[in-house]
Amino acid sequence: MRAAVVVFPGSNCDRDLAVALEKAGADVTMVWHKDTDLPKGLDFVGVPGGFSFGDYLRCGAIAARSPICRSVVDFANKGGHVFGVCNGFQILTETGLLPGALLQNAGLKYICKNVGLKVESTNSAFTAGYTAGSEITIPVAHHEGNYTADAETVAMLQAEDRVAFTYTDNPNGATADIAGIFSENRRVLGMMPHPERMAEPAHGGTDGAPMFASLINALIPA
Amino acid sequence: MQEPAISEKLIADHGINDEEYARLLEIIGREPTYTELGIFSAMWNEHCSYKSSKKWLRTLPTEGPQVICGPGENAGIVDIGDGQCVVFKMESHNHPSYIEPYQGAATGVGGILRDVFTMGARPIAAMNSLSFGEVSHPKTKSLVNGVVAGVGGYGNCFGVPTVGGEVRFDPAYNGNCLVNAFAAGLADTDKIFYSAASGVGMPVVYLGAKTGRDGVGGATMASAEFDDTIEEKRPTVQVGDPFTEKRLMEATLELMATGAVISIQDMGAAGLTCSAVEMGDKGGLGVKLNLEDVPQREENMTAYEMMLSESQERMLMVLKPELEAAARAVFIKWDLDFAIVGETIPEDRFLILHNGEVKADLPLKALSGTAPEYDRPWVPTPKAAPLEDVPAIDPIKGLTALISSANYARKSWVWEQYDSMVMADTVDGPRLGAGVIRVHGTDKLLAFTSDVTPRYVKANPTEGGKQAVAEAYRNLVSKGAKPLATTDNMNFGNPEKPEIMGQFVGAIQGIGEACIALDMPIVSGNVSLYNETDGTGILPTPTIGAVGLIDNIDQLILGGIQEGDVALLLGETQGHLGQSALLAEAFDRVEGDAPAVDLATELANGEFVRTNASLIRAASDLSDGGLALAAFELAQDAKLGLALETDDTAQLFGEDQARYVLVATPDNAATLISAAKTAGVSLAEIGTFKGDTLSFGSTTASLADLTAIYNNSFAEQLA
Repeated sequence: MRAAVVVFPGSNCDRDLAVALEKAGADVTMVWHKDTDLPKGLDFVGVPGGFSFGDYLRCGAIAARSPICRSVVDFANKGGHVFGVCNGFQILTETGLLPGALLQNAGLKYICKNVGLKVESTNSAFTAGYTAGSEITIPVAHHEGNYTADAETVAMLQAEDRVAFTYTDNPNGATADIAGIFSENRRVLGMMPHPERMAEPAHGGTDGAPMFASLINALIPA
Repeated sequence: MQEPAISEKLIADHGINDEEYARLLEIIGREPTYTELGIFSAMWNEHCSYKSSKKWLRTLPTEGPQVICGPGENAGIVDIGDGQCVVFKMESHNHPSYIEPYQGAATGVGGILRDVFTMGARPIAAMNSLSFGEVSHPKTKSLVNGVVAGVGGYGNCFGVPTVGGEVRFDPAYNGNCLVNAFAAGLADTDKIFYSAASGVGMPVVYLGAKTGRDGVGGATMASAEFDDTIEEKRPTVQVGDPFTEKRLMEATLELMATGAVISIQDMGAAGLTCSAVEMGDKGGLGVKLNLEDVPQREENMTAYEMMLSESQERMLMVLKPELEAAARAVFIKWDLDFAIVGETIPEDRFLILHNGEVKADLPLKALSGTAPEYDRPWVPTPKAAPLEDVPAIDPIKGLTALISSANYARKSWVWEQYDSMVMADTVDGPRLGAGVIRVHGTDKLLAFTSDVTPRYVKANPTEGGKQAVAEAYRNLVSKGAKPLATTDNMNFGNPEKPEIMGQFVGAIQGIGEACIALDMPIVSGNVSLYNETDGTGILPTPTIGAVGLIDNIDQLILGGIQEGDVALLLGETQGHLGQSALLAEAFDRVEGDAPAVDLATELANGEFVRTNASLIRAASDLSDGGLALAAFELAQDAKLGLALETDDTAQLFGEDQARYVLVATPDNAATLISAAKTAGVSLAEIGTFKGDTLSFGSTTASLADLTAIYNNSFAEQLA
């Protein structure tokens, strides 16, 4: 699998995502936000966590308008697989690739801890390695992780099996406990929790590892 | 703008006393300009000059085969093998945090991170040690909320995992909170950068964020006591921008890789003045600056303001001129300022020009080298009165008094506001004892801890100083780490009072003895004096930050207690209740002497733990709250009950030193007990983890109930 990880000036989980992808067997290129084009022949683009532009203005808003994001949107529109973690999820909602928005946590404080997730849908290249309905533990680390969308959008996401993960004990006030969602073609996933931080035994658990393994599995060129 | 004339009031407002002013006149042979007075005040204040503490700091052990660079540079450097080193320091931001908690704490974190990456190290771990006034004091809640949010706001955005720390409450901090920030970075030993300039006519380059008027006079403010004019000091607090700091770190590390850096220094306290003087002084060179070339955020800034601004996220570098283009390109890439603002000159001169006008022309060496140094009068702390009788207490009641107090309740409300996992190398985050991170791409681990028991230090500065180091040692050993070295953050009251100076002298003596005995040299540190308000000082708080190395992840003692595991007590218990947590929290009494620290026993018991790490499932040091609190903390972490035979108050809550609870399988426990006999250390089985109750003798409580108190008490009182 040929993967790219986008690097904004305030990204700080770019290396973590690259390491998790590489450990699973991907060939990873880091792409700078001022670049206009993604490398040719990519199978996958990762939009990492962090504070892309200091979270000034609105989390992800400036990043979504950076030169590279135009190419990321094109890549997704052509059917490419795109994965946004945490700030990456915020950026993907700002680009319009995913519906809804991430508001401040209901408790108004930053939260970093392990949380329980329920795997809601295994129908994607990202989640095929999980068992539907199973509970996994993955950390969150965010101040704006409160997924919010209007009732119609939430109903649509649920009806179309586009909710990837829900929280078992909602830490941030997210609508319908939503932790991660797919695009309509199921090839874009945005999620607040960080699977790359729970991907090897030294992390204290490996519940994030199946995500990277199943991506590799699905995206190995035939 | 008309500069103010030099007057007695102006001199006094700069914190320069008569004797110091006479010395200043002697050095320059004329009346100083306004800018020059500001520069002297910046260089000679307590915060920058260590004028009260230097004499005693020199007595600390700072060397060892593991030490690559001791105190004097931006941070200390310690070898961790394989051509790698850990670079670390702890620094206070007490005064600013009390005035403006969010920004004060945030810029404290920013400052210590800069100290680390200035040396070429990528920050990999942070900790913070926080001391606040009593929970019921009207300011405490807002200070705690502001400081914690500020620490998190800066570190989280920057992207360094916060893996440990301390939070304490005591009325002595009602008027002065303490915010001590620690950072550690990783570097290759052959790619370390220092601050000494070299070469004449080399460009002096300004890097990072623009200069504004924030923080003008901050270091002088931090060298004075507080009174009721404190609100007026708010403008002396700097404003942090972690996003800029993150870019500055990436750009600086990239710049270093180009080979263009001759020397580099971050602009911290007293900004441009301190950094330029330090680079010149260490390199035996003069420095000339053209202030009109300094990137400025505000209009019409004066030379005085630019020289004293403490705007954050700035660095000063001496550049190899032939590599200017490559260096500049890095800063353009990261959208940061890069401006040549001066050059190194051969003569001993600090020459400041602004639009061609000479604003300061001073002998550079004299600015740092001749800073005043005081041998302040001091009196030894009198021996504490013996402890009066302590009535026996129902152990569950005693434990409940501890875990329902903000001092000993679970601090997850604090640490969950910090990103403890970014960089994906955190192996053991904030929980119990030291934090542990993996050295990226290797099987080596580093453990970090921050410790001090201010009550002990007040009662007995020397034993209290030793105890802070010993507890740090035990916390590292409890994870299986070999303690490597130490950074000290000495927070005290007004050094002009002989009894306060006596606390400082005593604590330094104890810290020094312990660092020698436990082979943990001091490689960096910071002194914060004048932590007093209206004449009332804080508890003497010499915070010890320490770093340990675990050669291989197999040596890590991580926890994961299983049902049927055996608890063992390592070390001897006399039942020392003087200055104990139980006495303070359950009886509201602060009495007696601090526990004595036997450094030979500390070393023997610590070596026993490390040698037998592979047999030990979990380990916890015994400190505040003694055996009762340690046993409870392990039980709640394991979610398994534990029954101890004793219900004796002193046995359970005594705070004798050099003790640990070790946890092992029954087979390994037997092996450990026979190994202890051979090693001549005291080890005894005290219970088995099982069930869902915690018992001391015949008194019993539900572990779930106790855990709920432990988990909720902090937020209930402070959220």
